[in-house]
Amino acid sequence: MCLTSTISEEPLDASAPALSVRDVTKTFQTPEGGQISALDSVSLDIADGSFMVLLGPSGCGKTTLLRCIAGLESPDSGRIDLRGQRIDNMPVWRRRVNTVFQSYALFPHMTVAQNIAFGLQMDKVPGDIIKRKVGESLDMVHLSGLGSRKPSQLSGGQQQRVALARALAKEPEVLLLDEPLSALDLKLRRGMQSELKRLQRETSITFVLVTHDQDEAMAMGDQVAVFNDGRIVQVGEPREVYLRPCSRFVADFIGEANVLTGALDTYGLVIESVGFVPRDRLMPDTQAALGQVHVAVRPENVSLQLDPVGSAKIIDVSYVGGDMRVEAVAAASGTAVNAAVSIVSRVPSQGVQPPRIGDRVSVSFAEGSLTVVAD
Amino acid sequence: MKAPWSATARQRRQAGQGSWWSGLPGVVYLIALVFLPLVIIFVYSFLSRAKLGVGVKWQFSLTPYTELLFSESLSGGRSFDPTYLQIIANSFWYAIITSVVCLVLSIPIALWLATRAPERRTALVFAVTIPFWTSLLIRTYSFIIILNDNGPINGLLKGIGIIDEPIAMLYTPFATVVGLVYTFLPFMILPIYASAERFDFRLAEAAYDLGAAKWTVLRRIVLPSIRPGIIAGMVLVFIPALGSYLAPELLGGGKTSMIANVIAAQFGASRNWPFGAALSVLLLVITLLVLVIFAVVAKRASRAAGRGGWEALI
Repeated sequence: MCLTSTISEEPLDASAPALSVRDVTKTFQTPEGGQISALDSVSLDIADGSFMVLLGPSGCGKTTLLRCIAGLESPDSGRIDLRGQRIDNMPVWRRRVNTVFQSYALFPHMTVAQNIAFGLQMDKVPGDIIKRKVGESLDMVHLSGLGSRKPSQLSGGQQQRVALARALAKEPEVLLLDEPLSALDLKLRRGMQSELKRLQRETSITFVLVTHDQDEAMAMGDQVAVFNDGRIVQVGEPREVYLRPCSRFVADFIGEANVLTGALDTYGLVIESVGFVPRDRLMPDTQAALGQVHVAVRPENVSLQLDPVGSAKIIDVSYVGGDMRVEAVAAASGTAVNAAVSIVSRVPSQGVQPPRIGDRVSVSFAEGSLTVVAD
Repeated sequence: MKAPWSATARQRRQAGQGSWWSGLPGVVYLIALVFLPLVIIFVYSFLSRAKLGVGVKWQFSLTPYTELLFSESLSGGRSFDPTYLQIIANSFWYAIITSVVCLVLSIPIALWLATRAPERRTALVFAVTIPFWTSLLIRTYSFIIILNDNGPINGLLKGIGIIDEPIAMLYTPFATVVGLVYTFLPFMILPIYASAERFDFRLAEAAYDLGAAKWTVLRRIVLPSIRPGIIAGMVLVFIPALGSYLAPELLGGGKTSMIANVIAAQFGASRNWPFGAALSVLLLVITLLVLVIFAVVAKRASRAAGRGGWEALI
């Protein structure tokens, strides 16, 4: 769903969303007296039992939205509903949402078990039930037997699990995760990603995770909401967001994309420095006004064929895992150097004669691979 | 591995090790200004009273210590006299009240300071130290003006018609406590602030998030985290308060004697140096005992709280 033109006022599906955010705006004062708009009229529906990822560069407002839902910030305007009940004017400790903090925020003077029990004690849960639930929570995150340790005696990954167990023990309606994996090393992060997916499936609690890592967002989210400058620019399934980015920003931010400029007519597209591209190379249901457009195309949908009179010249070849990333510069004869267009292609490196830097190539695109994007 | 015999002394020295003489000024200072006076006090406390009362007579005697508990009548008979025990108890009582009042006032002040913007914090902490710029004597005298019958407090209360007759505040135990609290408050605020400044307020957010209301967050998260500062503050206030002289002398009007006032009197008007010395030794022993008790409590608390040890505080 592209949000540049329309924002649906009603939930998309019939069942009420677990969490509904409507026109939430939040402005911060800078120390110099200026104003920063952290959230600019943000609306979002999060389906019950789904895994929603809020993705965006740092400072885009995604964490502010999470803190507004948790109650740690109060929005200037707008409303937030949890299962149909308004919560934005409720104190933090009454909301049935819990947060896994980026810093974990484990209480250093309490043991792991006391940390997990804390939230349950606040709910006045009887002692024997607390004991059982703490044990279950520790089992769930594979930390059985570490209940009597202090947080400082645990590794980063283990602390992360305690923070998760502490929040999940309260069985919240919605679990908020603020960049929970950013402090872990790459290998541990991959493990925790599938772990979080598993926990989300098993508990069927609605998860809302904030990240600036697009790979993480793609790997984990049922839905991804892409933020930029305090606004949500696109919401959708990861595949949809990847294949049909709404804007140049989304295309660039998620994965690698070639964003090209061209003139659209009824037969096809004339791309600057590259040449004519037939209409069938565009996404089938493209509905864009004729004239100048920007199109995005993923590197794996670009092919470069050796061609002595081709319009492009290879300037870089590198190996990325099993793929080969080939960068070429296309410049129509007679145009100035600054009109040159850089095009990145990605091809499997096996069984292919590797291109050499300086080879001339012609550029073509896979059928239905070009998306018209907003600038 | 063979020891590097060929290396010069300079090369063998490790980081943090200096020559023995580099510590000499400190050793001289400690001997001359701390150890020697203590030895003199200790020795004097086992001697006899001089004829005219100034100085001591070099004759061994345990009288100064028996005088603590017994009074000798003119006829030579001895009877139990709780006067000095009462004064010691008094001193403890004032020190406890002072510490507790300072603690109750300091926790909110320190937390408030620690939650200000960093650039304003420095200025505010600096402001806490402003009283140190003037002599304690002058500041204590100023409380005579503030608290007396015609002072600004009585003036204000009379002015707005709450009272007709001035409330007698000066030369009462109340005035002593006010003076003591005023004197020692910064010594409680600063260590608690130092602890509170290091406190990660994200922990408070996490506690709210887990369903804790304000008082619970304070009691179960904030207070345990600033416990080292509280213990340091209690030591820094309680021990000097126990031996304080000026506030009870000037504001209590001598009516609310604490042990330091009695000691001063022995070296002055009462002209009984050995007894004054014995009282000093007693105060020293009590202070050491209190320190040991604090250390044990702190160690237990820190073990319970899993934080840095007591040693880190001093």
